Amino acid sequence: MAYDYEKSIRPGKLPHIWCPGCGHGIVMKGLIRAMDTCGLDRKNTAIVSGIGCASRLPGYLDACTLHTAHGRAAAFATGVKMAKPEMTVICCGGDGDGTAIGGNHFIHACRRNIDMTYVLMNNFIYGMTGGQFSPCTPTGAKASTTPYGNPDPIFDISKLAIGAGATFVARTTAAHPREIDKLIVQGIQHKGMSIIEVLDDCPTTYGRRNKFRSVVDMMKHLKANAVPIKAAAKMTAEQLQGKFLTGVLFHDTEKPEYCAQYAEVIKKAQGA
Amino acid sequence: MAKKVALLQGNQACAAGAVYAGCKFFGGYPITPSTEVAEELSISLPKVGGKFIQMEDEIGAMASVIGASLTGMKSLTATSGPGVSLKQELIGYACIAEVPCVIINVMRGGPSTGMPTGPGQSDVMQAMWGTHGDHAAIALVPSSVQEIFSETVRAFNLAEKYRMPVQVLFDEIVGHMRERIVFPEPGELEVIDREAPTDGPDTYKPYDSTKGQIPPLASFGSGYKFHVTGLNKADDGFPTTKASLVDAEERRQVDKVMDNVADIESNEEYLTEDAEVVIWAFGSTARSARYAVNELRKEGIKAGLFRPITLWPFPTKRTAELAVQCKAIVVAEMNLGQMIHEVERAAKGNCVVAGEFRVDGEPINPAQIMKKVKEVL
Amino acid sequence: MSGARLEIIERNCKGCSICVEFCPKNVLEMDVFLVTAPRPEDCIKCMQCELLCPDFAIKVHDE
Ligand SMILES: Cc1ncc(C[n+]2csc(CCOP(=O)(O)OP(=O)(O)O)c2C)c(N)n1
Ligand code: SF4
Ligand code: SF4
Ligand code: SF4
Ligand SMILES: [Mg+2]
Repeated sequence: MAYDYEKSIRPGKLPHIWCPGCGHGIVMKGLIRAMDTCGLDRKNTAIVSGIGCASRLPGYLDACTLHTAHGRAAAFATGVKMAKPEMTVICCGGDGDGTAIGGNHFIHACRRNIDMTYVLMNNFIYGMTGGQFSPCTPTGAKASTTPYGNPDPIFDISKLAIGAGATFVARTTAAHPREIDKLIVQGIQHKGMSIIEVLDDCPTTYGRRNKFRSVVDMMKHLKANAVPIKAAAKMTAEQLQGKFLTGVLFHDTEKPEYCAQYAEVIKKAQGA
Repeated sequence: MAKKVALLQGNQACAAGAVYAGCKFFGGYPITPSTEVAEELSISLPKVGGKFIQMEDEIGAMASVIGASLTGMKSLTATSGPGVSLKQELIGYACIAEVPCVIINVMRGGPSTGMPTGPGQSDVMQAMWGTHGDHAAIALVPSSVQEIFSETVRAFNLAEKYRMPVQVLFDEIVGHMRERIVFPEPGELEVIDREAPTDGPDTYKPYDSTKGQIPPLASFGSGYKFHVTGLNKADDGFPTTKASLVDAEERRQVDKVMDNVADIESNEEYLTEDAEVVIWAFGSTARSARYAVNELRKEGIKAGLFRPITLWPFPTKRTAELAVQCKAIVVAEMNLGQMIHEVERAAKGNCVVAGEFRVDGEPINPAQIMKKVKEVL
Repeated sequence: MSGARLEIIERNCKGCSICVEFCPKNVLEMDVFLVTAPRPEDCIKCMQCELLCPDFAIKVHDE
């Protein structure tokens, strides 16, 4: 029955800093369940983030946690994983952190196919700084820096990850909590770069400006517009308008993992 | 047994020094005139079981180095001009999070892309103040190939001992110069490893100042679970905005260097005992300066050379003493006057301080220095 | 099916009402800024409230 999250959370850290209804808390619970399912030894698990509301996540978890600089999580994590490939490395952070300022590190970590799991919380906005538009803010939406509606087109993070070379790419939403841990488990078990994009909500800086009356409204929107990839195959382009595909979007077990590749380099250098 | 001798480029000596110091991780991004450091380590690190990674940019390189160091590996990056500018963000991170690492800066001119193949010494203020916020810095400035080797080793030692980023700055001339180098035997040069925590995983705090000015750093993956952040933090590593804690931590991080200047400082003096004029120069410029001193002496001018090998923390005390002793200090540097401000500050008006500067991509030659000396005397 | 014991950790609850709105059996209610469970006997232990609470503030126990 009731899940014991507390054993994974550092003593005295709750309540967390996130606003009422912020989806990041739901994702954190999913991550804890996934880490338990995989039986991860927290002493050998590094959880690495950048800067933003989402990036505050590692501080709550009892593990080797590294809260870095804005956008740099994937690059710090690459150093950790290269240096100690026997550690499990999990990155987490927001849409702005991962795909704007950190976009370069993100795509190159995908390209290398280094064995880590990146849980990217996409709330379509720069939450922490008060709601400026991010590369994932829908075109036309209101943000504090798009008073006339957002003129920018968006990134599709999952497509970006697939194009860049990640070998396990999945998407779900904060309104699908059981799918969050299911996909993170698969990501952790996959040897290579795994991207789990979780669409979530920022009621404080995004919802209010964009005609969502409440956080519940936002959650219902996420629930109503998620289309499992299998179901999508039977739908027309028109029916898919405004929807987001969920589930495992891409899985490739052929591409070599980066640390394994480098182990070969060491063998060659040592004349084996 | 005869010692191993070789004719090496400065950048190659740097790579060899890193391996001697026990460096096991390099993260970099190619840039002239530092690239040979990376090329050399891409060969030698995997041979000793180390890791080499070419990252997507210099910020990523610096990030990877800090990440690797947190697992306990001695880590290095090497770059130049524009690359150093990019690394500044995370040099600050390594300062506040207190993560040992070494940054090699083979200096070229600037600003911006400047003159990629020309030498410069214009990053000396950046080495101290390049990253935002209050912090201490250690920067070493070798002037020969042999010294690049030994100062790279010392940079690792200081990084590990003081738990912070240490920069080694040399200009393109020394980086690309070929000189004879005698390889020290293993054990001949001191090699310092970071102190291991005395507390077990249950009571360990990564910034516990009751353990001394430099609290020991545990490694990720060694049984310790702890938090590292770039935010101001309390002794347990978790963010705080409590004024007294922020103040104490900020001050400790500066004091750990400034209280130990005697240990970190390293200078060379040549004929300064009776000098009336002291030429103050470092790196390749100090080589011209030394030549100038000899020529001036032949002409009966009592000249001497003061050459800092540790540039930051600045050798304030010795510079001040020399200012009292001599009539003039001539600061020669390949920039438009950076270290001269620190020299003036140390001299406190006790002697004339004059500068001889150059930023045209040509080294400062002895004749220029001699001319300046004669002008001021 | 007998009901459940719903534990509400008041110091964590931020009153977002997600649990109330997503409960299929109308077990929960908002009392201004805090959630309450006036009808625990109706609970079918679907766990939606616990899974969706962002704040670690509600737990569903077997009674
Ligand atoms: C170099 C740098 N630039 C800008 C910032 C300011 N900043 C902090 S968080 C943030 C946006 C975070 O957005 P996102 O990653 O989407 O996370 P969220 O807060 O939405 O969870 C920005 C712009 C910073 N901390 N560092
Ligand atoms: S500002 Fe938005 S993203 Fe940040 S904690 Fe509040 S709701 Fe969450
Ligand atoms: S477990 Fe399901 S039925 Fe019971 S209170 Fe929670 S949401 Fe309602
Ligand atoms: S979901 Fe959690 S925080 Fe929100 S009202 Fe319910 S118990 Fe409180
Ligand atoms: Mg965001």
